[in-house]
Amino acid sequence: MPTYRPGPVSLALAVLVALFLLMPLLAVIPVSLTPSRMLTMPTGELSLRHYRSLIEDPRWLDSILLSLRIGIVSSMLSTALALTFSLGVWMFQPRFTAALVGFVLLPMVVPPVVSAVTLYFLLTSVSGLTSFFGYDTWLGVAMAHSVMTVPFATVLILVSLSQLDRRIDLAARGLGASVWERATRVIMPNIKFGIVTAALLSFVLSWEEIGVTLFITSVNAITLPRLMWMGLRDNIDPAIAALSVILIIITVLVLVARSLITRRKASA
Amino acid sequence: MRGTLSDRTGAALLMAPLLLFLILAYAWPFLGVVKWSFTLPTPGLGQYHALLTDGLVQSVFIRTLRIAAIVTVVSVTAAYAITVVWVRGSPVQRVLAEFCILVPFWISVLTRAFGWVALLSNRGLINTWLQSIGFISEPLTLVRNEFGVIVGMSHFLIPFAVFPLASAMRSLDERVLLAARGLGSSRIRTFWTVFVPMTRSGIIGSALITFVFSLGFFVTPAILGGGRSVMIAELIYLRIFQSPDWGLGAAISVVLVVFVGALMALLFRYVKPKQLA
Repeated sequence: MPTYRPGPVSLALAVLVALFLLMPLLAVIPVSLTPSRMLTMPTGELSLRHYRSLIEDPRWLDSILLSLRIGIVSSMLSTALALTFSLGVWMFQPRFTAALVGFVLLPMVVPPVVSAVTLYFLLTSVSGLTSFFGYDTWLGVAMAHSVMTVPFATVLILVSLSQLDRRIDLAARGLGASVWERATRVIMPNIKFGIVTAALLSFVLSWEEIGVTLFITSVNAITLPRLMWMGLRDNIDPAIAALSVILIIITVLVLVARSLITRRKASA
Repeated sequence: MRGTLSDRTGAALLMAPLLLFLILAYAWPFLGVVKWSFTLPTPGLGQYHALLTDGLVQSVFIRTLRIAAIVTVVSVTAAYAITVVWVRGSPVQRVLAEFCILVPFWISVLTRAFGWVALLSNRGLINTWLQSIGFISEPLTLVRNEFGVIVGMSHFLIPFAVFPLASAMRSLDERVLLAARGLGSSRIRTFWTVFVPMTRSGIIGSALITFVFSLGFFVTPAILGGGRSVMIAELIYLRIFQSPDWGLGAAISVVLVVFVGALMALLFRYVKPKQLA
């Protein structure tokens, strides 16, 4: 059977777009190898000093650890909240479900800068109450990140629930299982993959969150993107190039691994 | 089955934590921001009046709309070109196209903006190369202006523009295209008179997503615009942190939400949510 394939003009245009998409990612590689202190192209000599400074400079290490901590805490919080909510939606199909889900998705559709102002208002309002929770604290950032990531976690979990066969839950119910048993022993084992994906996505979104973080931190809670931002705005630090190369390599490896796994699953 | 007491309590208990969390941490503070816009520095509609009369604020709004429009056209066109190959190409072409779409998609907005700085700045790759071959003597100004902002934002938004287009192209019946070709229509004519019109819903969805995202963009314009082509989001940041004028920052936020809300309502009138996924 014949198939409709793109012609040479389409292919040429697609190649141009592909180059445009990859160019800035490739451009950071030579910059990261420059021996100079400033953002320049290396002229002849190459150096790994900017990679070394990522390990030796405590500022980078501190903010990497802080971002990991915030990412893990906010991902656990948003996955737990998204999971209970989605189980409620799926098991009981309450009235007004569409409106409630729409409300939960708001932080995903409202322009991020408006969410940032909102969370700034929240954290500065509660700052007076305690010293460890509020503006410019790691717990405040973790909570704000949860607000931003919980819609994504909810969507992923609701999608995997929508692919689940309702009859297994009905069977469990008919055999006398309680709500708790249905949720933890029947439904959750069947959406494991969706729950793990939701937690991972929440972590990644928190790990690279900058728009909201800029509004709610100043000097104490310097996450990794916040530190990169400071290095980008003032005098551009080539250590950012080294860090970018590492982040790009990790992304490529994860994507390649994922596509190999799905392909093996498909062929098995 | 529905409506028994235990069902209702069960649903309420399971759904309450997230709803309470978002009411306390999102809805309530948003109302606080709305309150700011009416009370700071003095109670009344002063900030909204300022929005309508302040020349600087207006020029930022107009610039934002202009940049968002250009970025939308560029991103949707570019996304269309690569999506055609991702959906209809040979297996190898599909894998390559998918790689080029997904790798940038997963890389953070900061890294991508930084990549453009490395390419476009005065001592960046492009200027260094053009000078070394003697094509130019003085570096071209490619960042810290609107050009840099448009390039960086389009780069960020192309992957987002791809998804609605891809779902429209996947649901298109290939036999229609083969029939057009079989009846003697040229490649170009088939593309413009059959393929493009049949993916119209994808084009609308993709354009609206890109446009809505562009309106609230903060990081890329702030880095690649270098303070010289400020967009709405950066103006809000500046009003809140540099010239403390929380009332005006809050009023701009409220206007932005209302505007984006209206656009989203338009989006869902034309495109079913399913087609965006």
